[in-house]
Amino acid sequence: MDNEMTKGLQLNTLAVWHGTRQVASLDARIEPGQILSLMGPSGVGKSSLLAAITGTLDPALRCTGAVLLDGADITNTPAHLRRTGLLFQDDLLFPHMSVGANLAFGLPATLRSRLSRRERVDAALDEVGLSGFAPRDPATLSGGQRARVALMRVLLSEPRALLLDEAFGRLDATLRAQVRDLVFARARARNLPVLMVTHDAEDAQAAGGQVITLG
Amino acid sequence: MTRRLIPILVLGLLAGPVLAGVLGTLLPALGVTGQPGAFTALLNWPGLPRAAGLSLGTGLAATALSLALTALILAGWSGRRGFGVIERLISPLLSVPHAAAALGLAFLIAPSGWIMRLLSPWATGLDTPPNWLILNDPYGLALTLGLVVKEVPFLLLMSIAALPQTQPRRSALVAATLGYGAATGWLKTVWPRLYPQIRLPVYAVLAYGMSTVDMAIILGPSTPPTLAVEVVRWMNAPDLSGRNVAAAGAVAQLLLVLLALALWRLAEMLGARLMASWTASGTRGHRASRVISLAGLGATGLVAGAIGLGLLVLGLWSVTRRWHFPDALPAEWSLRSWHSQTSTIAGLTSQTMLIAAVSATLAVILVLASLETHRTHPPNPRLRPFARLLSYLPLIIPQVAFLPGLQWGMLQAGLSTGTLAVIAAHLVFVVPYVYLSLSAPYHAWDSRHACVAASLGASDRRIFWRLRLPMLLAPVLTAAAVGLAVSVGQYLPTLVIGGGRVQTLTTEAVALASGGDRRVIGVFALVQTGLVALGFALAIAAPRLLWLNRAGMRHGQ
Repeated sequence: MDNEMTKGLQLNTLAVWHGTRQVASLDARIEPGQILSLMGPSGVGKSSLLAAITGTLDPALRCTGAVLLDGADITNTPAHLRRTGLLFQDDLLFPHMSVGANLAFGLPATLRSRLSRRERVDAALDEVGLSGFAPRDPATLSGGQRARVALMRVLLSEPRALLLDEAFGRLDATLRAQVRDLVFARARARNLPVLMVTHDAEDAQAAGGQVITLG
Repeated sequence: MTRRLIPILVLGLLAGPVLAGVLGTLLPALGVTGQPGAFTALLNWPGLPRAAGLSLGTGLAATALSLALTALILAGWSGRRGFGVIERLISPLLSVPHAAAALGLAFLIAPSGWIMRLLSPWATGLDTPPNWLILNDPYGLALTLGLVVKEVPFLLLMSIAALPQTQPRRSALVAATLGYGAATGWLKTVWPRLYPQIRLPVYAVLAYGMSTVDMAIILGPSTPPTLAVEVVRWMNAPDLSGRNVAAAGAVAQLLLVLLALALWRLAEMLGARLMASWTASGTRGHRASRVISLAGLGATGLVAGAIGLGLLVLGLWSVTRRWHFPDALPAEWSLRSWHSQTSTIAGLTSQTMLIAAVSATLAVILVLASLETHRTHPPNPRLRPFARLLSYLPLIIPQVAFLPGLQWGMLQAGLSTGTLAVIAAHLVFVVPYVYLSLSAPYHAWDSRHACVAASLGASDRRIFWRLRLPMLLAPVLTAAAVGLAVSVGQYLPTLVIGGGRVQTLTTEAVALASGGDRRVIGVFALVQTGLVALGFALAIAAPRLLWLNRAGMRHGQ
């Protein structure tokens, strides 16, 4: 089961439906460490496809086809057991938690010891140049800092695939390139398959992988 | 699968007692219980036409006026800078229980009330209270005024909750660029979309106004009183035939409310046509807009003034030893009323608090469970209006029409009429208001937080406890405070379901209202209000303290 052929994220004619109308469909395979860019104008169902993969599809919609992650069919797996990390356009740091608590929220509960949990959080902050930020209120961080915390939060949850939903859309041009390079580098370092939804050709170019245009 | 049943369970809890109670009222009224002639006796009561007319007249007038003032305030001020002040006034105004507001108003407008004292003798030339029927007037004007003062804040709150769905800012902008005056543009573009959103609360206001007992006892006429008050008098009659007449009167009250709702529906259609032709006329209404803004300011002043000054005069009376007419202030002050009532107050307060805290807590849990289930298992959209109507049933069916039947049914079933039964009865009225206050913020919560959390491996349960509940702490506590306020304010359910043995601050204050000592009434009404105000204060303060170091939790609260 666990050979090289089945590693990565595989979408077998995954389609999202609203009643009898097909909203969008995608047939693709993303190798570990590869980035697939999904492009197209807004409203063609790119985000719905991502939601179908993460298992957070709006109850009014349904999906057909299959999602395979590292060879396992996760099409009907509950969202929280899929290990498909997700980054939105907004960082969506939980406003009532400190930066450290946000990161700890991502850590698996199987890591029991309080000390090692704190060490992992601190190490994650070190990794993106935010050492000592753990007790901070997320609302006091700059946009770039918040984006980095959101990235580390999702990586700490040890996902087996990374999904980006217009993840750089709110950042200005220079910051955008920085954060994008960081996300791609961290994802490659962990050998994650990445599916990126974007409407910006520059994002797709920077990803350097396959590009699929919907709509 | 069992979780799917929670909303149905809650609906059953709300509608079940109402429907069972109406049935329990109908049976003795129709003579099924072996005592025929209840309706004949009712029809033979010479006061019936007048009592029925009073219910209909005060209810319709109070609702129309409340709605008109609400529209004026919103048209004149929503979206403008002064509106923040009005918004901040709503919670404190709502937190004054009906009975306390009515008592305060009575102490203001009575012939020997504060207003007359302030105007005498220099303006009126009076040295003794005049013999005028300002309070308890035969036309129910004081009652209508009291209802308006209490219902405008409620309708404002409901409107403000519904406003964002109508995108008022964009409409206002478009209307302004087309040359419409601010208030006129608002009435023509936003109001027609807002009204359907607050229709059910308006119906609840109408049903309440027609059938309120506590406010009518305090402010309404007495010979004859409104139909609802007379029904309660019959209910307390020692003989069984009186109770059957009460049941017949309750059925008449129900029919009257249904008639009024039908009339209101007709008026809605007529109003919509008039609105449509006014909108199509293209009048820009620049001067009208200024008049509307001023009228809105006046309406706000009337409502806030009547309740605020009412509380003030209640407070003055509670610390009065001697206050001669027409002095503007008491001649001698004393805390004697507070001291002499301490033990009574302590007992009543703990009883009131127990009932209110338990019913508000249960209501918040039920509503949260219901909302959470709706999110994970959305109901059939075609059933939604039906469910909405059912959940409003306890607010639209008049209390006198089903509480006696419910009590009768409970006695038949051998259930006790103690504190527990009162809590259960309060729950029927508390749940709809908690739902009203919580559902909008619950749905407005950014569900992408849940998506992110799920992708991080958090289960639904963990998302609810770690994210949804803490982030919604402020609205949840506000809803609990609303529930507390509703429970504290309940008069008839406490009286009827408690079998007269469960006494709260409210039943005591209303009992004292006729002929009681003003100083003692002041004490009870203030304690009653203070209890509710404390709930709201805690609901506002707790999240602020808890999230003191979380800037992201401050906006939108």
